[in-house]
Amino acid sequence: MNLREIHWFKFASPQNFYFLAGKMWPWFAALATVLMLVGLWISFFVAPIDAQQGQGYRIIFVHVPASQMSMFIYLVMAGWAGFGLAFNTRLSGMMASALAPTGALFAFLSLITGSLWGKPMWGAWWVWDARLTSELILLFLYLGFLALQASIDDPRRADKACAVLALVGAVNVPIIYFSVKWWNTLHQGASVSMKGSAMAAPMLAGMLVMVFAFWMYTIAIALLRVRSIILDRERHTEWVKHAVE
Amino acid sequence: MNTPIASIGIGTVMLAILKREIALGMRQKGEVLTPLVFFVVVASLFPLGVGAETNLLLRMAPGVLWVSALLAAMLSLQRMFSTDYADGSLEQMVLSSTPLGLLVLSKALAHFLLSGLPLVLVAPVLGLQFGLDSRAMGILVLTLLLGTPTLSLIGSIGAALTLGVRGAGVLLSLLILPLYIPVLIFGAGAVEADAAGLGIGGHLSLLAALLVLSLFFSPLATAAALRISLE
Repeated sequence: MNLREIHWFKFASPQNFYFLAGKMWPWFAALATVLMLVGLWISFFVAPIDAQQGQGYRIIFVHVPASQMSMFIYLVMAGWAGFGLAFNTRLSGMMASALAPTGALFAFLSLITGSLWGKPMWGAWWVWDARLTSELILLFLYLGFLALQASIDDPRRADKACAVLALVGAVNVPIIYFSVKWWNTLHQGASVSMKGSAMAAPMLAGMLVMVFAFWMYTIAIALLRVRSIILDRERHTEWVKHAVE
Repeated sequence: MNTPIASIGIGTVMLAILKREIALGMRQKGEVLTPLVFFVVVASLFPLGVGAETNLLLRMAPGVLWVSALLAAMLSLQRMFSTDYADGSLEQMVLSSTPLGLLVLSKALAHFLLSGLPLVLVAPVLGLQFGLDSRAMGILVLTLLLGTPTLSLIGSIGAALTLGVRGAGVLLSLLILPLYIPVLIFGAGAVEADAAGLGIGGHLSLLAALLVLSLFFSPLATAAALRISLE
């Protein structure tokens, strides 16, 4: 056997991944903390007061990263789910179920911060605008995933059933988004696009740092959670007994 | 022992399943009638809840009838596979040489004929109660006719996923209702668009597109879910 050959699938085994994740998560957690502190410092002390919205706009530094993460995590989750169905790997399903609660949390956080922001700016806690509504529906999709996971006892069957649901959901997300958008829109247009940004540089910097902080947090928490899932599912094996000791 | 294996065409098998489902439905009339009565009762509750002002009811009618239809169609979904699962015939279908997706397709079609089509036929009566004129009623019936098959097809995925699961009924609604939203928006939206003087062509095309899309994808997803449930 060639010594230089890399064993790509070495970490597909839950046992190996358990120890890899144990090495990795503190780094991501540390990065998340540092970035979060820097991001909050920029967003509270460096970023200027908005000309129209005053101090109230500062919730954007939590709202935008949370909404982005909630959508992105759903895609990653569906990706893992599809991977698990296609290759029949156990770890993929565990990753999908480790990501789901964090995704649901961010969807919820984005709705809460959105309504806290909406009250002073639009004068209402909730408006039936396209983006709010589709974020709410995304939360429903997460809750459906978690509920299905919780109601099937056999973890392998739960993983596969949830994988089908996540894929069906992923196909539906764009359809739901555009059908809700058709319906009406009040939300301000996106201020950050590929062409450039309509925001002041420190605001943009603060938001980007917060986005990265949320990324690192998600990775750290997903690794931590997948470690518990691995321990729970493999509790009858010999290596877990040694690992826990 | 060289018994020739009789080869049965796929169409024959699908037709046989369709006939069997309809025969079963006709024998247990309660199962067909209950969602229909539910539809009528739910739609009648709205005027009692919001008041009998004619203009308000007229504006609400398409949405109310569509939401009631969604809920009614969901009531009978759970039965789509559970009885076959209980008596073992579902396992035979999974094992048979006919592609499972096509068998599922004819079961979804039977579900539409037994639960969706009656809703479409009753809707005009409820429309009268809400004071819809004949033009709006025609559009409502047309959208229901285009939309309810999609509901049966998407619903079959949820029915297969929740097969033999604890608390399947409530879980099914949590899984499926969010996926029904586009059908609801374009179905109820068509009547309002016509009332506002806009064309309804776009809405009908989108409903038809959703139907085609679910006609293609949902039997595949349902078949995969059934295989997982029967493992």
